[in-house]
Amino acid sequence: MLHNKSFVKKTKAGRVMKQVREHYLRDDIFCGAPFCKVCDTSTARLSASPSTILVLDTNVVLHQIDLLENLAIDDVVVLSIVLEEVKNKNLSVYNRIRAICSNTKRNFFVFSNEYHRDTYIKEMSGETKNDRNDRAIRVATQWYQNHLGSGVKVLLITNDKENKRKANEEGIHAETVETYVKSLDQPDLLDLLVRPSEDVDMEEVEDLRPSKRKVIYIEHKPMSEITSGLHRGIYHQGKLRVNRYNPFEAYVGSESIGDEIIIYGRSNMNRAFDGDIVAVELLPQDQWQEEKSLSIACGDEDEDEDVHLAPNSADDAPRTIPQQGSSGEINAVSSRPSGRIVGIIKRNWHSYCGSLEPMPMPAGSGGIVHALFVSKDRRFPKIRIQTRQLENLLDKRIVVAVDSWDRQSRYPSGHYVRTIGEIGDRDTESEVVLIENDINSRPFSSQVLACLPPLPWSVSSEDLSNPIRQDLRNVRVFSVDPPGCKDIDDALHCSALPNGNFEVGVHIADVTNFVHPGSPLDDEASQRGTSVYLVERRIDMLPKPLTEDICSLRSDVERLAFSVIWEMTPEADFVSSRFTKSVIKSSAAMSYVEAQARMDDSRLMDPLTTDLRNMNSLAKKMRLRRIERGALTLASAEVKFQIDTETHDPLDIGMRHPTPTKEMLEPLLRTAAAIGLHLDVSTSKAMADSLDHAVGDDPYFNKLIRILATRCMSQAVYFCSGELSPPEYHHYGLAAPLYTHFTSPIRRYADVIVHRLLAASLGIVKLPPIFQDRGQLTGISDNLNYRHRNAQMAGRASVELHTLIYFRKRPTDTEARIVKIRSNGFFVFVPKYGIEGPVYLTTRSEKGGGEWYIDEQQQKIKKMDGSISYSILQSVQIHMEVVEPQPNRPKLQLSLI
Amino acid sequence: MEYVSPEGLRLDGRRPMEMRQIRAEIGAVSKADGSAVFEMGNTKVIAAVYGPRQVQNKSQQMNDQALVRCEYSMANFSTGDRMRKPKGDRRSTEISLVIRQTMEACILTHLMPHSQIDIFVQVLQADGGTRSACINAATLALADAGIPMRDLVTSCSAGYLNSTPLLDLNYVEDSAGGADVTLGILPKLDKVTLLQMDSKLPIDILENVMQLAIEGCKAVANYIREILLENTKQLEYRRGV
Repeated sequence: MLHNKSFVKKTKAGRVMKQVREHYLRDDIFCGAPFCKVCDTSTARLSASPSTILVLDTNVVLHQIDLLENLAIDDVVVLSIVLEEVKNKNLSVYNRIRAICSNTKRNFFVFSNEYHRDTYIKEMSGETKNDRNDRAIRVATQWYQNHLGSGVKVLLITNDKENKRKANEEGIHAETVETYVKSLDQPDLLDLLVRPSEDVDMEEVEDLRPSKRKVIYIEHKPMSEITSGLHRGIYHQGKLRVNRYNPFEAYVGSESIGDEIIIYGRSNMNRAFDGDIVAVELLPQDQWQEEKSLSIACGDEDEDEDVHLAPNSADDAPRTIPQQGSSGEINAVSSRPSGRIVGIIKRNWHSYCGSLEPMPMPAGSGGIVHALFVSKDRRFPKIRIQTRQLENLLDKRIVVAVDSWDRQSRYPSGHYVRTIGEIGDRDTESEVVLIENDINSRPFSSQVLACLPPLPWSVSSEDLSNPIRQDLRNVRVFSVDPPGCKDIDDALHCSALPNGNFEVGVHIADVTNFVHPGSPLDDEASQRGTSVYLVERRIDMLPKPLTEDICSLRSDVERLAFSVIWEMTPEADFVSSRFTKSVIKSSAAMSYVEAQARMDDSRLMDPLTTDLRNMNSLAKKMRLRRIERGALTLASAEVKFQIDTETHDPLDIGMRHPTPTKEMLEPLLRTAAAIGLHLDVSTSKAMADSLDHAVGDDPYFNKLIRILATRCMSQAVYFCSGELSPPEYHHYGLAAPLYTHFTSPIRRYADVIVHRLLAASLGIVKLPPIFQDRGQLTGISDNLNYRHRNAQMAGRASVELHTLIYFRKRPTDTEARIVKIRSNGFFVFVPKYGIEGPVYLTTRSEKGGGEWYIDEQQQKIKKMDGSISYSILQSVQIHMEVVEPQPNRPKLQLSLI
Repeated sequence: MEYVSPEGLRLDGRRPMEMRQIRAEIGAVSKADGSAVFEMGNTKVIAAVYGPRQVQNKSQQMNDQALVRCEYSMANFSTGDRMRKPKGDRRSTEISLVIRQTMEACILTHLMPHSQIDIFVQVLQADGGTRSACINAATLALADAGIPMRDLVTSCSAGYLNSTPLLDLNYVEDSAGGADVTLGILPKLDKVTLLQMDSKLPIDILENVMQLAIEGCKAVANYIREILLENTKQLEYRRGV
């Protein structure tokens, strides 16, 4: 093993420092070809007899990653120098190429050329870093060719002209990506190619239409100017969030001015995408309101709001801007600062789902066609792509990635990635929902499945004799779940003790017995975070054998469980509690309806029914107590029977429900005031009381108020206790100082974590090292929040999709409630279907309402002549129908009858 | 940060269980009774031993054993940024103490009452693992000075990064914030004389990391023994002439 030193100069915090690092060169790095006679082939990844081995240049990996992910590209050597360069330039591409390299189905081999004795090269004097790296790639390619002999062709794929020329001079086979892909003779692959910039320039020259030459967007400021601008406080940095309901309006949450900056219109957004980190310049104050009307005038797409599921919390609800200029008051002008984007600090481009804008077929088929791609998510602009297979794509949902957006083009340009399926097809649209919400629905990998215990599985004698496991098989345990539930993760028991008290037990599937920290199974589960429930399918967090069999507490089979056992007085006071791992045998798996029927049937006196009744009365008492303490009984549009299991253990990961801000409750208070109701929102207790007293003459009134209250709340979030101060641990809705849930480890990773902590605090297992790493734990809880939210969004989107499919064939008349008044109509909530949407009183063309007069104070909308008026919470009859104003974007339209 | 690539190579091209290249030289300071230079990769340390000699400060004299003193310092040029290192700062005081205690455990002090042994170690070039290098250098210097010892003390560090135990951390790996175990053993007697750790590790992982460090110490001991043997042969040869 040779030994060598490399000298690196590095700037750190502005200072230039010389750094010396050791660099060991090795002779035990192998080529990865299984047919090689010299090398050790145990780690070989290339296929047995490839005709060509590809070596990739950095620019190919950086720009053509979509192509590389295609299975047609195989037998590739990825050099470590390339990986390093990619990592420095684009971390997400780096992660993707790493994923390909670690996929055992692909023949991608990482060759550590920088540490190999024969392929390491020193920088020559006068050579730039880039040139040196290019040379290293060529040297490695040459080495491969010499090493493997003439039986295999080693081909360098590069889009760098200079590199290709030099390679050819040195006698290395080198080709550009395009020529290589063409030689494969698979035309679909060509669409995956990202066009190199020179080609675009050439086409641009051909295209001499004057409109094309016009500069549409102002230039982004250079990074140095942005940094100094941020320092001096003239620019503000933040993440751009585009309004889900109006793509011409976006917000940038800025810490430097402590408020959100509103960006109106595409030209002010200046090519930024949702999620980009941008630098914003504030507009002069007198332009703040003007910009708004301007943006509507120039908006060439229609921008009305769609019918959606009724939101369940403030996070789901459409964002409302107070005083939306309807009254034109002067104070409204200065209410929110607005600005324009001067530069993009970090792009958040990924791939988008949608379809092509319908266009006529060009005369000659098979040629390159420019098409416009319309994203399903309205927050993203249209994207220009080139395709050779237009006729195949027109009626499909496709995925497209963005490549660039220059100043001259109205739309960004991108390339086709893959086809999902036919538009309107139920499976395709469900797939779109999954992709849009970043949900991994791929089958579990073989490494993950290898972590499962062999099937058929049953409780072994070791489990029974294990001293940490208590044998509770003789206890009458039962479970109550929604009908058809296959992943039963909790079961209960409730038996009367001789002293008149009750022993109540909650038994949770012992998932952590099978999911070991650090295993591929655990990594996968923590990535997925939660199971996702769509209308027609479920995407599991853990593989099916665990979810539906080994960890499902079905009736009449022995299962491992984690149990909490309390002794309670008949008044539901806790006498004692203990936690233990156990073995149980459920005697009945009931549905809610079944359980309710059993309790209601007074003739039934069997022990199981008695247990149920006792349990129910205890639960009622506990709920009452919690309400006294100030827990909110909120309502959402769907009705659910819920059994609450609470633990108050101060564990490391918990849930917190932040107290809603005054601003968030504002719409609720305004609505309440309009109908002459006073709500005290100072504490959750006060709010719970005033909600209880809000009883109108109409039976649905209270429920409606609660629904409105619910959506003012933000969602409860997971947090890691090291990150926040104890007062912030508070759970507002449950009025508990600390709250965590641990009843569903099969479908929530948070519960898996709680189980591990619990087991560790009981001394059953030792604490996995990750719990001592605050950063990593915070990372996990952030991911859980993100996944949880995405899962909910996907669930909602799936319901919306099915609502649409349902109403497509049956236009319906139904009753609805007005929940919000707007200048040209109002929003209604349809209790029967749990959906919410706008009803327009005037058509879009006549702006401002004309004959309608809106009373902000009273939340009423009246006809000028006073003949008709609508007020908030009033009941109206509406007609629901699916229309398709824009092709491929069907939507539900509500109209008054 | 990726300290071990999926290919199993560290940032400097070593594998997790590999040490840096070590090199030692006896007799770098001719005035001293014993001296040595010890290198572990880019870490370079010089040690000089004076004694056993008369105790300078009579009040410290001990009647049943020798007094062992140790002074650790870092040369101003030892790190790239040429910081002025105040003498007697907390870090060097601590390392001085650590080295003194480690060496004291192996020197047969009871054979040399009323005397004192001075060990001076200076870091010429620092690149992680200076503590270990200092102890190794001091062992060599003591042996060179002919001071009676129970066994050679050798030292090596090991750490735990990216869920992998790593032997002999360099500066970059050392400053990664992971656990860093410095171990000193008496290889023949199989006894531990020094065990220090920064940061936290679960007990079973600590065992693995420590096992790795023990392997490292043994490798260092073999090398030191070779050097000493070579040196003795040289001496013998000179005496023969």
